[in-house]
Amino acid sequence: MNSERKKKKPRVAVFKFASCDGCQLSLLDAEDELLAVAGAVEIAYFPEASRAMLKGPYDIALVEGSITTHPDAERIQQVRRQARTLVTIGACATAGGIQALRNWKDVAEFIRVVYPSPQFISTLKLSTPIAEHVPVDFELRGCPINHYQLIELIAATLAGRKPNIPAYSVCLECKRRGNVCVPVAHGTPCLGPVTQAGCGAICPAYDRGCYGCYGPMESPNTASLTSQFRILGQSGQEISRAFRSFNAWAWQFRKASEECERT
Amino acid sequence: MAERLQARLAPEEIDKLIRGLARRGYQVLGPTVRDGAIVYDEVAGAQDLPRGWTDEQEAGRYRLKPGTDGALFGCSVGPESWKKYLHPAQVKLFEADRQDGLFRILGGPAPPARPYAFLGVRACELAAIAVQDRVLLQDKYRDPVYGSRRDPAFLVAVQCTQAAATCFCASMGTGPQVRGAADLTLTEIVNAEGHWFLAEADGDRGQEVLAELDRRPATDEELRLARTAVESAAAQQVRRMDTAGIRDLLYQNFEHPRWDEVAARCLTCANCTMVCPTCFCTTVEDDSGVTGDRAERWRRWDSCFTMAFSYIHGGSVRTSSKARYRQWLTHKLASWIDQFGSSGCVGCGRCIAWCPAGIDLTEEVHAIRGAVNHGNTDA
Ligand code: SF4
Ligand code: SF4
Ligand code: SF4
Ligand code: SF4
Repeated sequence: MNSERKKKKPRVAVFKFASCDGCQLSLLDAEDELLAVAGAVEIAYFPEASRAMLKGPYDIALVEGSITTHPDAERIQQVRRQARTLVTIGACATAGGIQALRNWKDVAEFIRVVYPSPQFISTLKLSTPIAEHVPVDFELRGCPINHYQLIELIAATLAGRKPNIPAYSVCLECKRRGNVCVPVAHGTPCLGPVTQAGCGAICPAYDRGCYGCYGPMESPNTASLTSQFRILGQSGQEISRAFRSFNAWAWQFRKASEECERT
Repeated sequence: MAERLQARLAPEEIDKLIRGLARRGYQVLGPTVRDGAIVYDEVAGAQDLPRGWTDEQEAGRYRLKPGTDGALFGCSVGPESWKKYLHPAQVKLFEADRQDGLFRILGGPAPPARPYAFLGVRACELAAIAVQDRVLLQDKYRDPVYGSRRDPAFLVAVQCTQAAATCFCASMGTGPQVRGAADLTLTEIVNAEGHWFLAEADGDRGQEVLAELDRRPATDEELRLARTAVESAAAQQVRRMDTAGIRDLLYQNFEHPRWDEVAARCLTCANCTMVCPTCFCTTVEDDSGVTGDRAERWRRWDSCFTMAFSYIHGGSVRTSSKARYRQWLTHKLASWIDQFGSSGCVGCGRCIAWCPAGIDLTEEVHAIRGAVNHGNTDA
């Protein structure tokens, strides 16, 4: 198997859409594993890291960012056509990102207010996840992604096995880590129960509630959590804002944020 | 077995007890304050114990607050249990590598460097350890990870003289009197005439440790005071579980409307199973690395509240939160009896306090029972 691998390394490409680059950088950040990755795959297209710009098709396309412009809506179709496996990385690609906050507002007005020459700006009304445009094989969550999960995904894909990337709540990681639960012990609102694990429960370890970076878990009961937030003294607007961050446009968070917006 | 030793100790002796156990080679673990809660951690001396603290617990709510009596063990159980040490949240089962086409196992989990001494094991926790002993040691397959930690462990129990509002051990028959086997059992008394401990030891190990402390035989009056204090902890309990016929009650009510009501509140977050001192379920995950030359196998706490837990060919069996909550409650209180000969619940109340939605299993059982009785009367 090893020799076979050496013969034909899988070709990996990294594409960027509307995003901050943080997720791609997570790959470069994976210091210990980076060389192993570089040895195991052929980086065919990764403008952030390498000058090589080889043509497709690619075995794995990692896609960062959301779709916010007409040209990007076209380009993602080309990426999909060239990719055997398409993996979205991060909250932008998977849920529309923080820039999806504009989806509740008038973009034309933003453009008028922000840009000195608004006539040069051409943008879509909505910031949308990749899966709204093309079929996606795997969605890697997080804002930013956890590089261990990315490495695990690459390792699993190379080995032909299912990645260990659980869809349950942050609470499992939080309890395994030995954190004291912040809503129960301190009255701090925490999105952990409705948020997918992956970060290792960082925020509760530092006395903060979970911000929901990894988006909705497999069976998020946002209505029940909303009632709990109210018991902790949060107003409907505050709860709405809590659901509207990096994963605001993920439908479960979006629905929850709209339901309590005006109460 | 030697005759039971019953002695009165001054509170300063607890510090000596900790140091004595450490001198005997134990890693002494006990209650301590961290992040606004009582957790278990290494204690070097009495200064690490939660002296002067007490707690207030309710469904979905826990607060530490200053106590009035300067007791060392004035707190009820916190979010953690001794399962943290005996059945750890994650264990590397083995590592393996591949060289020249050969796959080699590089060894499994080592037992702890020093055996554990647990200080401050409550009656419900002793009962929980006995439940996990039954599950993990006394079946055909013995769990070596648990066994290597459990077998040499030295247990210092502390009887409760006050109960949290979430406690219901009295109705489960597991406390607050210590009934299980501990090496040493302490009862802390703080009253008008002073602060002292009753220490009781049945076996040789406990008696040897006790013999090193300054003590005098306990008087009948002191034994009576200790008994009354523990009885008052039972009398304080505001929650109770009616366990009469509970196995059949739950088996016969698989389609009770109450399951839908609790499912509307349940977050399927798994906190209840993580904090439960008897829940033992784990999952096994392999990490094969990018190069494929090295692999690790990890065991991690899992829960019947996750979708993957019931994943079989084609999908998960328990997709609804109703099915998952029902699994947890029914396993805990009913099918556990068929499987292991006792209830899986010892009445510690952790799942009530640490449920972020404040779901209370005693209330759920009560509701199911209430409606059944009502139905029977009508019929
Ligand atoms: S602190 Fe938040 S993430 Fe951690 S267990 Fe509590 S609710 Fe879950
Ligand atoms: S079910 Fe709840 S009360 Fe019973 S032992 Fe488990 S955590 Fe304690
Ligand atoms: S209640 Fe659930 S997690 Fe606990 S032992 Fe039973 S099946 Fe396992
Ligand atoms: S009962 Fe409570 S702690 Fe358990 S899964 Fe449901 S919401 Fe979470």
